[in-house]
Amino acid sequence: MVVPVNPGVDGSHASPRRLDPESDAWVRSLGGVGAEREAALSRLHGLLLRVARGELRRRAGQLRVEGPEFEDLAHQAADDALLAIVGKLGQFRAESQFTTWAYRFVVFEVSTKVGRHFWRDPEVRMDAEDWDRLPDRFGLAPATQSEWRELMDALRHAVDTELTDHQRQVFVALVLNAVPLDALVARLGTNRNAIYKTMFDARRKLRAALVAGGYLHQDTAGRS
Amino acid sequence: MSDWSAIDRFLHTDPRDVGCEEAMGILHVYVDLAVTDPVEAARRYPGVAAHLRACGPCEQDFEGLLHAVRDPTE
Repeated sequence: MVVPVNPGVDGSHASPRRLDPESDAWVRSLGGVGAEREAALSRLHGLLLRVARGELRRRAGQLRVEGPEFEDLAHQAADDALLAIVGKLGQFRAESQFTTWAYRFVVFEVSTKVGRHFWRDPEVRMDAEDWDRLPDRFGLAPATQSEWRELMDALRHAVDTELTDHQRQVFVALVLNAVPLDALVARLGTNRNAIYKTMFDARRKLRAALVAGGYLHQDTAGRS
Repeated sequence: MSDWSAIDRFLHTDPRDVGCEEAMGILHVYVDLAVTDPVEAARRYPGVAAHLRACGPCEQDFEGLLHAVRDPTE
């Protein structure tokens, strides 16, 4: 792979904190030239690849890939992370170990790739609205339906009346259809923070509606 | 009384929650602290801790980075 030479490393981005020796060695090697830099790139890529494989294994339940495809995803994540790290080397502020900062990139790459991978399943639908699934999403058993039916009806009514179209779309995808958040991010071409904020606001509205209707008490959830 | 705690937890929002962007922006700092002292990490960054409790994908990234730091050869 082609890695740009020393992008972003300049005096204006000097770290405000003292580097630990290991981090200092990484920054110097990656910011240098020639064989030393190539060796550091190769060593870092090897570490990123190991982290990518570990992360993909940890997320195997969401992914269901193996063999060459698994390796291909791991290499893509490591390659993309290495490019990002080199491109942002000047932004490393020594607030953590260099490797912790660097591994963050490959973990994020794995998240993004797993999210995109979700849509390879042709059975997955984002907009289907099977409201009968809602009780199951919250672990409510059919046997006790008489106890929660009214609450579910109130929740559905609040979804229809309190949420904006976009909030409703996100609620249906994430809650009813159990679309992973990163997969929804990939589908809508947005970012995780935007979807989370949309859902955060939707949750507040729904809770307020259910409290106003007497279905939930104010501040009854377990706090930690 | 039925067990509505799952709904209650799901709809609960913590005003300290800093959101994905800010939490992931300092995830490396949080993890380096959490790997030795998770209680101190949560005390020093309550908004990040609140976010990680509420956001599954960010919590998964946190756990992933924690694993990577503890054993990158895994």
